Amino acid sequence: MRYLPLTPSDRQAMLGVIGAQSIDDLFVDVPAHAQLDGPIPGLPNHASEMAVERHFSELAFQNMTASHHPFFLGAGAYKHHVPASVDHIIQRGEFLTAYTPYQPEIAQGTLQMLFEFQTQVARLFGCDVANASMYDGSTACWEAIGMAGRITKRTKALLSSGLHPHYVSVAKTMAQYTGDRLDIALPELSAQTDSQRLLDAIDGETSCVVVQYPDILGRIEDMSAIAAKAHAHGALLIAVVTEPVALGAIKAPGEMGADIVVGEGQSLGVGLQFGGPYVGLFACKDKFVRQMPGRLCGETVDAEGKRGFVLTLSTREQHIRREKATSNICTNSGLCALAFSIHLTLLGEKGLRGLAQLNHALAVRAADRLSQIPGVELVNNSFFNEFTVKLPQEARPVVRALADRKILGGVSLGRLYPGADALSNGLLVAVTETATSADVETFAAALQEILA
Amino acid sequence: MSSINQSGWKPEMGNAGDTAPATYTGNKALMLEEALIFEIGTAGTTGVDLAEAPKVTARLGNLERHRDIGLPGLSEPETVRHYTRLSRQNYAIDLGFFPLGSCTMKHNPRLNERVARMAGFADVHPLQPVETVQGALAVINELAVWLIQLTGMHGVAMTPKAGAHGELCGILCIKAALEARGDPRSVILVPESAHGTNPATAAFAGFLVENIPATAEGRVDLAALKARLGPDVAGVMITNPNTCGLFERDMREISDAVHAAGGYVYCDGANFNAIVGRVRPGDLGIDAMHINLHKTFSTPHGGGGPGSGPVVLSQALSPYGPLPFTERHADGHYTLVEEETAGERHPHSFGRMTAFHGQMGMFTRALAYIMSHGADGLRQVAEDAVLNANYILRSLEDVLEAPFAHSGPCMHEALFSDNGLAEGFSTLDIAKGLIDEGYHPMTVYFPLVVHGAMLVEPTETESKATLDQFIGALRSVAERARAGDTSLKSAPHHAPRRRLDETQAARKPVLVWREPDQAVAAE
Repeated sequence: MRYLPLTPSDRQAMLGVIGAQSIDDLFVDVPAHAQLDGPIPGLPNHASEMAVERHFSELAFQNMTASHHPFFLGAGAYKHHVPASVDHIIQRGEFLTAYTPYQPEIAQGTLQMLFEFQTQVARLFGCDVANASMYDGSTACWEAIGMAGRITKRTKALLSSGLHPHYVSVAKTMAQYTGDRLDIALPELSAQTDSQRLLDAIDGETSCVVVQYPDILGRIEDMSAIAAKAHAHGALLIAVVTEPVALGAIKAPGEMGADIVVGEGQSLGVGLQFGGPYVGLFACKDKFVRQMPGRLCGETVDAEGKRGFVLTLSTREQHIRREKATSNICTNSGLCALAFSIHLTLLGEKGLRGLAQLNHALAVRAADRLSQIPGVELVNNSFFNEFTVKLPQEARPVVRALADRKILGGVSLGRLYPGADALSNGLLVAVTETATSADVETFAAALQEILA
Repeated sequence: MSSINQSGWKPEMGNAGDTAPATYTGNKALMLEEALIFEIGTAGTTGVDLAEAPKVTARLGNLERHRDIGLPGLSEPETVRHYTRLSRQNYAIDLGFFPLGSCTMKHNPRLNERVARMAGFADVHPLQPVETVQGALAVINELAVWLIQLTGMHGVAMTPKAGAHGELCGILCIKAALEARGDPRSVILVPESAHGTNPATAAFAGFLVENIPATAEGRVDLAALKARLGPDVAGVMITNPNTCGLFERDMREISDAVHAAGGYVYCDGANFNAIVGRVRPGDLGIDAMHINLHKTFSTPHGGGGPGSGPVVLSQALSPYGPLPFTERHADGHYTLVEEETAGERHPHSFGRMTAFHGQMGMFTRALAYIMSHGADGLRQVAEDAVLNANYILRSLEDVLEAPFAHSGPCMHEALFSDNGLAEGFSTLDIAKGLIDEGYHPMTVYFPLVVHGAMLVEPTETESKATLDQFIGALRSVAERARAGDTSLKSAPHHAPRRRLDETQAARKPVLVWREPDQAVAAE
């Protein structure tokens, strides 16, 4: 077997050193009833590299890929062009095959990268500090709700109806066990968000208000008033960003008073990958840092006074604090954080601004084009690169009909909100720099035909 | 012909006795210092070429960004060089032996990288119509079938994002099962030697955590455990093989006793590599176990993730597993069970743990690894991993105390203590000495039940020659620590950095870079 270097004579020699007759002697502590006497029946034996690759090629070929078809899906995962150098760098063995940097003297590469990543995320979100990543946006979101509970010692969380429904589901799952109370609502298919509902509901029992920006339908709204009222009642504002490229065009949540900002970093550097691995972003104000979940990288000096980086404030974490830890998270999303950071370094301020502008302009054009189709109505007044249109019929069969024509034409709200009839005609359309005007035209023409 | 060399070049060997002068750059030949992107990049530099945006009237809700973000950019060549230089300051499994106990740092085959990058997997969106992602669903399902077969369990939850997330999944299944039968219980029992994630997970789910004592030979004290069981105990979380590197011989009795008392058995599967293909946890009465795909099934650790932590479940707990999951139909096509159909297909699910379908990019890699080994090769994986660990244990027990060496063979990792080192010398000194020898140190100070613990996990992908050289190196460093060689106290001497001041880092945390004048102002 090509990954196993020991030879039969090595094994024999090593057993001799150990003083064992056979390999079975090393498994004597396993009770006989639990020992298998040979390979598990019914499973295939080892396979060559070529055979394995062929199997995967066949399966891969059955999937409709984003790059080879007109593609307009978003809803928390976005297709952007990832520069070739990103994937090259993350495949360097020194990054790919390293562990969590527990021995800082021989992990400065990963640690410095994390320090740069934390700074990039904090600046992008308009926060003081950021951590070294979480699993993804949805888990970062519920960790933020938990953190707000620890800070305020309250349990009531108000969730905007514009929060991604899967993020709401994750929070609901966790709230069943943590005792948090969630105030949730379904969105309406209109330009109006439910910020008034949130403002009305904030009271002295509120731990936090959770607002997605831009929200699930693509709407962009100032969060300052919510922040002000939350703060007046001793509650926190948590902002959730599922499309960080937007922040190249719109104000940072921190500027509007958000206390904790979390997000999904997949948009930058990380491919769609059918939903994972992605990278959770987590930032907050300085004063809350000791309540943060996850790893933090900090600057220090070595014995010769040279600048260096280490994992720090680990007394918050499970390996030190055990049942009193701020979170049980251990492994996070290091390599995806690296990809995010490289992509953002390649873009820089200028590139991110330009990319955001391009996304927005293409989305505006596409929204105008789709609204020309009889019966199709643009729901949003404001949006970045994703907007909602209302179709004259249920959107799910339309999405399937588009797929039959080899067009991946958005996410139907029926898929995201099963059973919510008032939303079922809604179609969420994301337009990034990867969508050509020909793609938009193909999509629009097919949509018109299907609706006709 | 007086000389073939007309340039004046004369080969000289130099004087090996010279001490190295400080360099102008601070670099030491191939050891290159690298500044932060904030020190070398500028806001006006970019390494990408973008099309010009068509002119439109913005519809950003009057929230256009006016303030600078403060993101430095680098050109592409500078970017490649920056990160390449950083990469060279890292130790990695590709560079050498990485015996980090409990972490299973084995070779990461590049075939796995290739298949994960096939467009059919890397370039599909999680919310595409299921008809357009049948191949992706097939991968998830094939891996699920392997995991079920290899563990002898009933079902598997594929969505957890890493080991600790998997633990949470298993514990929530237990909680849901207890609630479903109207028997809420408050206590989870955890051995002292457990990973920190175990008590953290149980506490997060609202359980009280109580320690189970260990016997002198390093295993769970069965009698003490039985005595503690009762109507308030929801379950136990046991790592098997345990973190002392030993197989829990009494696992079946433990499971039976816990079940008889109405509880459930969670197994931390971080150490599954020791038994894969030789023992099925299902045969030991386990109800839930996470499998770190980034350990046993070799998906790369990536400097701290991403991981992936599918959880295999017993028949008793399967009904409570999370959404979404894939379903294979008789005609060979796949569907997804999400919230929409859960009421009919999976009514007792405790809910969703993450936005989408789990770590697809890790599933492809793990499945490629599993298929490459097959049932026969995986059994060999466990045997070679255990053989390598015992070889290290028996080769070093004369210079390093092995507290459980008398307890029988170890499994896939060998545990040593700092007992016998000279006064003032510790496990940390041995770890830093190993760095100078060109190794990543073993896991240190874990498990907590052994003083100055050193947990060495070689894995199966190391040759005998590699092990022999490591044994020689660790023997040498251990002998220096026993003899009180003070040069060890200042190790590492040859790494990119000397020992780093972790106390200062924690006392005055600097977690983001600030312009030098801002940094002063902030103090």
